[in-house]
Amino acid sequence: MLVLLKQTFDTDTKIVLKDGRISEDGITMVINPYDEYALEQAIRLKEAGGGTVIVVCAGPARSEEALRKALAMGADEAVLIDPPADGDEYTLARVLAAACKARPFDLVLGGNLSVDNGASQVAIRVAHELGIPYVGAATKVEVNGGSVRVERDAEGDVEVITAAAPLLITAQQGLAEPRLPSLPGIMKAKKKPIARQTPADLGVDAPARTEVVDLKAADSSRQTKMLAGSAAEQATQLVHLLREEAKVV
Amino acid sequence: MSRNVLVVAEVRSGALRPVALEAIGAASLLAQGGSVAAAILGDAPTDAASQLIAAGAGQVILVAGESLTDYTPEAYLAALDKVLAEFKADAVLFGHTATGRDLAPALAAKLEAGAVTDVTALEVDGDRAVFTRPIYAGKAVTRRVFKQGTIVATLRPNNLPAPAQDATRQGEVKRLNLDLAKTSLRTVVAEVIRKAAAGVDLTAAKVVVAGGRGVKSADGFKPLQELAGVLGAAVGASRAACDAGYCDYSWQVGQTGKTVTPDLYIACGISGAIQHVAGMSSSKVVVAINKDPEAPIFKVADYGIVGDLFEVVPLLTQEFKKLLA
Repeated sequence: MLVLLKQTFDTDTKIVLKDGRISEDGITMVINPYDEYALEQAIRLKEAGGGTVIVVCAGPARSEEALRKALAMGADEAVLIDPPADGDEYTLARVLAAACKARPFDLVLGGNLSVDNGASQVAIRVAHELGIPYVGAATKVEVNGGSVRVERDAEGDVEVITAAAPLLITAQQGLAEPRLPSLPGIMKAKKKPIARQTPADLGVDAPARTEVVDLKAADSSRQTKMLAGSAAEQATQLVHLLREEAKVV
Repeated sequence: MSRNVLVVAEVRSGALRPVALEAIGAASLLAQGGSVAAAILGDAPTDAASQLIAAGAGQVILVAGESLTDYTPEAYLAALDKVLAEFKADAVLFGHTATGRDLAPALAAKLEAGAVTDVTALEVDGDRAVFTRPIYAGKAVTRRVFKQGTIVATLRPNNLPAPAQDATRQGEVKRLNLDLAKTSLRTVVAEVIRKAAAGVDLTAAKVVVAGGRGVKSADGFKPLQELAGVLGAAVGASRAACDAGYCDYSWQVGQTGKTVTPDLYIACGISGAIQHVAGMSSSKVVVAINKDPEAPIFKVADYGIVGDLFEVVPLLTQEFKKLLA
């Protein structure tokens, strides 16, 4: 099994803009939570049915920390690819797919989206590049030999999908609660291999199709009007304000 | 520079989703005089084509076929292939819905195109089309342009303006058939379990009433549901409420739940953790009701009531009933 994984900022962090880019100074980095669900699911499938879990990541050198955690959780190997500068989702998917193609797999798992860019594109693009079918936003995965049963979240409805490997699955929240790495896991992880590759090694040249014009902090200015009085008075006042002032009812 | 723009118009529960009309508006802007077409894949409600034409679509393409009854990427992409053979698109727009998110990246990959998803604004200035989208859990905003290739974008519901309906607009309706056997699909929809929570679609709702840990139990949602009923609102929840078992995860608003952009968001007993705020921070007006005056939710609220939601919410329901009677 292959797991697509990236490192992202911890969403509790305040972000600071420097020269039109997000500053990474002092930011705590984590495994993208959605990728972590995918990773946990892959490890559980390995524990139940055998096989290997290889984590594939396109990211800067600091991503190694996230990969060591993945290895400590139970992945067997990791691949870290230097991403092309200014690559977009199209570029990343081409790079990741090339790395996947070089390794045998039955299943590819990845997060539904990343909490920093939040595009929800890359994993599905990879499925297309690999020429394999996909099921997105999985909340449950069961494997029985070569056949796979996936429950997917479709805005509240649950769709039960059956498919055969090879298959790519993207993880929705709740797919599999990630384990904490154990101490023996952490020790073993130090010896597990992290291969480094470049897009050139993989024969990929995929210049971005889109580019960023600018990046700004979100305008979060709201003047809060705290109401006062008895509960009944506040309720009356609020309804009046929502109609007359905010004009939303 | 004029563009031919295709809108993939989504139907849900037998009705055209509002974001489809918002997409027609965006398409007309993007087209700059070029053609705007809409495609419906699978069952189309009888008035859908006329709604799309009244909104500005010059052409509506309906694709029918047994393989389209339930959504699968494979069948829908095959249907899009047929549509794009009929209508040469420079840009393809989707709603940023569960289906849009699932389908757009695959289409973009197929077209070797870039894609900008979860778009909240579109500016067109001559040849330049700039797509705005939130990043970093809504803490920052970025604007992007396409350097080359087909434009593919998904639009966040309730953000781009819906165009005025003009019933005098004329348009053509084309019917295509997708001759694909359900049995040949590589992913098969074995079952669709419709969750009992019927009612207003959370992601497209104009008003949302949401409950957090302060709701204290599944029953605790009842006053919120009553208020939602009076307002025609959808009911949402914080992750804490879902984790505690007070409601289904499909109600969750937040970073790992749904993103909502209603005109009015009423947060009841929600503390306002960053992850929750990420899902509702672009609500036009936010009301917060919480016992704790220090709750972070008040920082992102336009109006705040410090109080017991079990006291305040029923009073609000009463007042709204009077107002809207």
